[in-house]
Amino acid sequence: MGDLQELYQDLIIEHGKAPRNMGPLPQSTHEAEGFNPLCGDEVTVRLFVADGVIREAKFEGVGCAISTASASLLTEMVKGKSPAEALALSKSFRERITSEQASDAVDIGPLEALVGVREYPMRVKCATLAWHALREALENAVERAGNDG
Amino acid sequence: MSGFSESYLHDLREQFPVLNQTVRGRELVYLDNAATTQKSWAVLREMQRYYQHDNANVNRSAHTLSHRTTEAFELTRSKLAKWIGANRPEEVVFTKGCTEAINLVASSWGAANLGPGDEILLTTMEHHANIVPWQLIACNTGAIVRPIPINPSGEVDLEAFSSMLSTKVKMVGVVHISNSLGTRNPVEFMISEAHRVGARVLVDGAQGLAHERPDVQAWDVDFYTMSAHKAYGPTGVGALYGKYDLLSQMPPYQGGGDMIRKVSFEGSTYQEPPHRFEAGTPNMAGVIGWGSALDFLSGLEWDLVHAHEDDLVEYAIEQLDRVPGVRVVGRAAQRKAVVSFVIDRVHPHDIGTILDQQGIAIRTGHHCCMPLMKHLGLPGTARASFAIYNVRAEVDRLVQGLDRVLELFG
Repeated sequence: MGDLQELYQDLIIEHGKAPRNMGPLPQSTHEAEGFNPLCGDEVTVRLFVADGVIREAKFEGVGCAISTASASLLTEMVKGKSPAEALALSKSFRERITSEQASDAVDIGPLEALVGVREYPMRVKCATLAWHALREALENAVERAGNDG
Repeated sequence: MSGFSESYLHDLREQFPVLNQTVRGRELVYLDNAATTQKSWAVLREMQRYYQHDNANVNRSAHTLSHRTTEAFELTRSKLAKWIGANRPEEVVFTKGCTEAINLVASSWGAANLGPGDEILLTTMEHHANIVPWQLIACNTGAIVRPIPINPSGEVDLEAFSSMLSTKVKMVGVVHISNSLGTRNPVEFMISEAHRVGARVLVDGAQGLAHERPDVQAWDVDFYTMSAHKAYGPTGVGALYGKYDLLSQMPPYQGGGDMIRKVSFEGSTYQEPPHRFEAGTPNMAGVIGWGSALDFLSGLEWDLVHAHEDDLVEYAIEQLDRVPGVRVVGRAAQRKAVVSFVIDRVHPHDIGTILDQQGIAIRTGHHCCMPLMKHLGLPGTARASFAIYNVRAEVDRLVQGLDRVLELFG
């Protein structure tokens, strides 16, 4: 049962059962939906960005313990970061979770608890769903800003 | 009680090589048969024999190998026609699967027979494969798709169904055995009711063929669609049964080689069924391998098959009902081979992964039945689905596996 313990660590179970920052964010400036047609899981990530800092992050959706815990950790971790920092974290996390060769030089903090998902390729999408939504929410906005300029 | 003796089951399992392995350190328990069944040595050997000795294109060349291939290919057509009680082999059209068979009927029969305001009735428990093709043709013809409600046990609401029937209804689509709930629908009754208003009926037999011998003439069904790989045959092959008179009135589905009589740039004429609907080189090895799977089905004592598989389902439900927090979804009186369940506050995917960790393969998710899941108010279910080679001890492993789920999430 070794690796199962590794996958369903206490932190994951705990965030899965009692997710943080779950609910609406009426004043959001950024929003994107992640949908996994394979399993039907969906998650919407909403951000409130002001003065180049993510001041508030919330999510809503239905998913398994892995995707719920991942979204919950996301909302806790991106608060206070700049959009660029959040995107860099998202990239490091997605690399760590999909490739054994990925460098662990970048500190991904409590997301380390999700790295065990690597052993379950069918579940990687569960862990990255909210992070894809985060990237979409931020990158689309960046692009829009660029176009405006 | 089980219909098979222990020694019979032992020998039966020996015929399916995939079963003999360990997964994540435990003996494999394969309970995902509604997704695909395992293949016997006989099917594997027949496909290899074909590629080693006969491989050539069907219906084309004058040489011996092409002749052998054509003979073997057509032999499967005859076997299948006989097994399902068709009037003649020409009523069997080979497709790449059950999904394509339904698409064939929806697009070919639908284009010729549907118009604005015509109705297509589909049960709420249909697989996406028996919903989306009808939505596509409805979009093109102005026809309307209407869902037939189901009751809380997961059975078609037959009163509601009868009240929906009118001369506007041109097609009724119903799944023979539900892949998510295990319900065995009263297709015989629904066919005769539909025929009273002149509607045609398509029965989706994807889950049917492995668990029951259909009798298309006795049922008087208009179209019956099948998948080889869900009934011990190879992947990539399926078939459509259609009444010959209906097939002969239908326009081609796809254009290409083998389906034509004469081609010129002024216009082309088409073959009679079934070849009219078999454009291009078919999956010959698959069809020929399917012949072996049909030999397997026709060699079984079906009274014992039913007793064995029904015992597995009853035993599974009885055991699952004893586990606190587990709820079986679907309580149809007539059911086959599939048991869906949920656990309070645990997402089906987590159940699936924790069971996989213990060498137990089940399916989790919406089972390609999103409208049904929405109706049930569930994101998905965990589903154990049985085949002839499963045994009670595997149900016990499943139930023990769930203890671990409850331990982690309880």
